[in-house]
Amino acid sequence: MSANGAKPKFAMYWAASCGGCEIAVLNIHEKILDVDANFDVVFWPVAMDAKYKDVEAMPDGSITLCLFNGGIRNDENEAMAHLLRRKSKILVAFGSCACEGCIPGLANLSSPQSIFDTYYETVSTDNPQHIRPQFVYAAPEGEIHIPEFYPVLKTLDQVVQVDYYMPGCPPESHQIAAVVDLVIKALHGEAELPPLGSVIGVGNSTVCDECPRQRNVKAIKQFTRIQDLQAPDPTLCLLEQGIPCNGLATRSGCGALCPQAGAQCIGCYGPADGVIDFGARLMTAFASVIDSKDPAEIERILDGLVDPAGQFYRFSLPGSLLRAAKPAWSRNGKSDEG
Amino acid sequence: MSEQFEPVIIGFTCNWCSYRAADLAGTARIKYPPNVRLIRLMCSGRLDPTFVLKALASGADGVMITGCHPGECHYLEQNYKAMRRYLLLRRTLEQMGIEPERVKLVWASAAEGVRLAQEITHMVEEIRALGPLHWPTWPDGGSRRLKAEVQPELEEVAA
Repeated sequence: MSANGAKPKFAMYWAASCGGCEIAVLNIHEKILDVDANFDVVFWPVAMDAKYKDVEAMPDGSITLCLFNGGIRNDENEAMAHLLRRKSKILVAFGSCACEGCIPGLANLSSPQSIFDTYYETVSTDNPQHIRPQFVYAAPEGEIHIPEFYPVLKTLDQVVQVDYYMPGCPPESHQIAAVVDLVIKALHGEAELPPLGSVIGVGNSTVCDECPRQRNVKAIKQFTRIQDLQAPDPTLCLLEQGIPCNGLATRSGCGALCPQAGAQCIGCYGPADGVIDFGARLMTAFASVIDSKDPAEIERILDGLVDPAGQFYRFSLPGSLLRAAKPAWSRNGKSDEG
Repeated sequence: MSEQFEPVIIGFTCNWCSYRAADLAGTARIKYPPNVRLIRLMCSGRLDPTFVLKALASGADGVMITGCHPGECHYLEQNYKAMRRYLLLRRTLEQMGIEPERVKLVWASAAEGVRLAQEITHMVEEIRALGPLHWPTWPDGGSRRLKAEVQPELEEVAA
């Protein structure tokens, strides 16, 4: 607590994200009153009115805790990441997007041109005049700019230094509440913050460890999408039933909610401790449990995984070793609108 | 550019077969291009796809994975695991826009120095025709998490 009795300052910002993280924060229920009691909320676009220039006017390092969610898709996102880094003592990469890129990061499989083509020209879009965004427009009143779209989405720590990581899509509310509690205790000198660079609000193991389903020897002859299965066994390990479940490589902390509800883990809590590349670890695991030594049969079994990159990197492509597919970054793919 | 493109290929070899095949090629003075950098593993089953991705992301133009012929694994059947991982990795790499010729799986026993040298020569030619991969090295924001990966400093050993 500062000497003059003012409360420590709190900020939350969204870059390329869906807004689910903000809802998860509000979902901590009455704990939000503790946030209000202990912090002065100075910047939180989804919950209050404040302008970027208000943040610019704050002294550097004056925000005690900033939860930053969303990936870095354009130069506005990047500018805000730098600004909030400068103004914040503790910058948390909050949610899967800021940690690893998440669903918006899957756009790193495509060229910017094809992203815009899909967005503006497919059947679900009514755009008879073929209108496309102009990044610079000369209006009578002067030149207008909209944020520059980057060819490759970046994670927060690829742009600025991040103090803590809090994964999840979105982070579970009880984990957020626990982290808020910890920060409040630390502010009162009753607890110590974890070492910088830690992943917080998570478990130390994998989703499989939290999953109550029964596990035996895995020997897979066929991969099946869960919607194609007539009657999945409600108590048996999903992977043993041939359903591609990502729980083996995914960090625990969610309480294995999806497998308990009958759906496979899709990996939103990101890589478990010690995993460098989430997708590579999953490829290792999936290939190990395929029960065949015949290349032709293996290929047939692998046909059951219709979209390997989407399966293995659904939440982690920008944070992976390769970060983006060649069409996204190569000059041929990097078309300037024609 | 008049200079010929010299691809960099990382070769993962198995201690019990292909590493010895490469050794045999050396002692028998069989020539193969110097573009391949061999790394010895105890078994092709040790090959984590992470190694391949890291090689490609760090500037390699191709990766060659080698192991014992099916049925001849020193650890019974780990080379089958390597095969399955390779087949799955290849599908993923294709979606990442990486040509399938850039990552190859080759079986070579300890006696097949000639064959391994031929396979290496062939792969170097194929990748030379494809051209460099040039995977970008993006700057990062000084992330603390990545620092754990920084190479440990080696102490100098007195001669």
